[in-house]
Amino acid sequence: MAVEQQISAEAMEIAAKQKKLGYQIKRSRVSYAMLAPYFILFFLFTVLPVVISIILSFSYFNMLEMPTFVGWKNYIKLFLEDDIFRIALKNTLLFAVITGPLSYILCLLFAWIINEFSGKLRAFLTLIFYAPSICGNAYMVWNLILTGDRYGYLNGILIKLGILDEAILWMKTEKYVLPVLIVVQLWLSLGTGFLSFIAGLQTVDKSLYEAAALDGVKNRWQELWYVTLPAMKPQLMFGAVMQITQSFAVADISIQLAGNPSVNYAGATVVTHLLDYGSTRFEMGYASAIATVLFLLMIGTNKLVQKMLRRVGE
Amino acid sequence: MSKEKKLFHRKPKAKKLNRSVAGNGLLFGLMFICGIFMALPLVMIVNNALKPLDEIFQFPPKIFVRNPTLENFSDLFVLMNNSWVPFSRYILNTLIITGGGMVGHVICASLAAYPLAKHKFPGKNILFSMVVLSMMFSWTVTQIPQYLIISWLHINNTYAALILPAFSFGMGLYLMKQFMEQLPDSLMESARLDGASEWKIFWSIVMPNVKPAWLTLAIFQFQQMWGNTGSLFLRNEELKPLQYALQQITAGGTARAGAAAAVTFIVAAVPIAFFLICQSNVIETMTTSGMKD
Repeated sequence: MAVEQQISAEAMEIAAKQKKLGYQIKRSRVSYAMLAPYFILFFLFTVLPVVISIILSFSYFNMLEMPTFVGWKNYIKLFLEDDIFRIALKNTLLFAVITGPLSYILCLLFAWIINEFSGKLRAFLTLIFYAPSICGNAYMVWNLILTGDRYGYLNGILIKLGILDEAILWMKTEKYVLPVLIVVQLWLSLGTGFLSFIAGLQTVDKSLYEAAALDGVKNRWQELWYVTLPAMKPQLMFGAVMQITQSFAVADISIQLAGNPSVNYAGATVVTHLLDYGSTRFEMGYASAIATVLFLLMIGTNKLVQKMLRRVGE
Repeated sequence: MSKEKKLFHRKPKAKKLNRSVAGNGLLFGLMFICGIFMALPLVMIVNNALKPLDEIFQFPPKIFVRNPTLENFSDLFVLMNNSWVPFSRYILNTLIITGGGMVGHVICASLAAYPLAKHKFPGKNILFSMVVLSMMFSWTVTQIPQYLIISWLHINNTYAALILPAFSFGMGLYLMKQFMEQLPDSLMESARLDGASEWKIFWSIVMPNVKPAWLTLAIFQFQQMWGNTGSLFLRNEELKPLQYALQQITAGGTARAGAAAAVTFIVAAVPIAFFLICQSNVIETMTTSGMKD
């Protein structure tokens, strides 16, 4: 009897819970209807491909034959046998640790300064600073600056100033590749995060500033920390995620400026390595394993960064 | 600090609070120096497009043009007129793909962002985290499964193959959700009391209040769609976008270097024009709408 009673009590509890969940879902019909168009397409074109890729990372797949299951082999090879992956991972981490926070701060700083200007000048300045992201030929400029002979702008200036005696092959000398790539990346960094900060600064309630001035906020720096930043926390979170996806996925500038493969893999990153396997060697299983590792790395970083950002303005 | 305070007191009519002259000067100088560097690609594109052929091939290369000419553009137009598919067709394709992908994405993402930001319902957190995480997976690898899915849906070789996936990019939803979260709940509550439906609230209260967000999103999406050559999904020449046709011209090698410089100019000028239209509106909205709850 006692056992029976217990079971029926449990059943009642579960039923009540289900009813509640069912009720909640029913009540939220409108919400789900609004989500539907986006999420149906999202599952179809994003979630499903990601899931398939993760599954493929446990297979050998050359895009001609059917994939064959190989278990953890790709991952074992990646971490134990692939020396280039180790270099690529080291470069990527170094790259992300330096350019990530710096780019983020630059985006915020320039968005905030531009916000001080008004009218047409503001739109113009935004364009100038966003130019490297919108022009699409940004590499062209840097190829000109970094040309390895005396006619490259950088070499020319350094020789004229007497700092160098002879021209340096910037992108062909191992020790310069990564630092140069970092500088170019910083120059390119005013992109998505920057524009969203610009828009975010526009939505900060102006009356907050007046109230803060009465409360004893004395200069623009205090205003930034105590009023502006806390008011645009959602944009800061967004900017951080965009920054992480950009700093860890860096590949284009390395390929355009240093080539793929670069000199002694000095400019190799996780994504150039992935592209090497994915689009040159057609080993999609292995490429998927690289993508999955990168994915986990970004998720971990994101967790850490979001935790830090919660403390802004405290 | 005391000096700044004095300045502030002396000029009570100053436009903005808490701004020192020294600080303004410092910031202006910084902007000027950095601005020169950032503007380099713009300067180069314009100058290259105006260079006659001998200056394009000049060695060592110079940034500034000496004898500006519009020759490159007339060369480009001749090449355009010779193309097998009329160029107007490529432009129409681009209008459909870029316009459709952009408008559809802004609407779908905003519509989904509203309940995620302001409603309570089961599954909300999971759905949102999936969107954020999806942005962290390399698209290089997902391209192949995506291609298979598109073939499976039989939308290969149609505009839909480019437009439909664009509706559901992760970034837009995230951006819109972050901005909507900032809106005070009282704004929607009072409309609900007046009997407005959620759809009505979304369209006539939420969207106007996050105009800077969706104008910014439109810029991102326009850039993304405009840069798409569609070569993976579109086989029919009549369906391909302008970007593809222009790339074909550039691919003609050194003989077409002049036309290629003109192409680079056009490829950059269109998103820049769109950017300026949106960006000046971002600013206008906030000065005219003024008070927010």
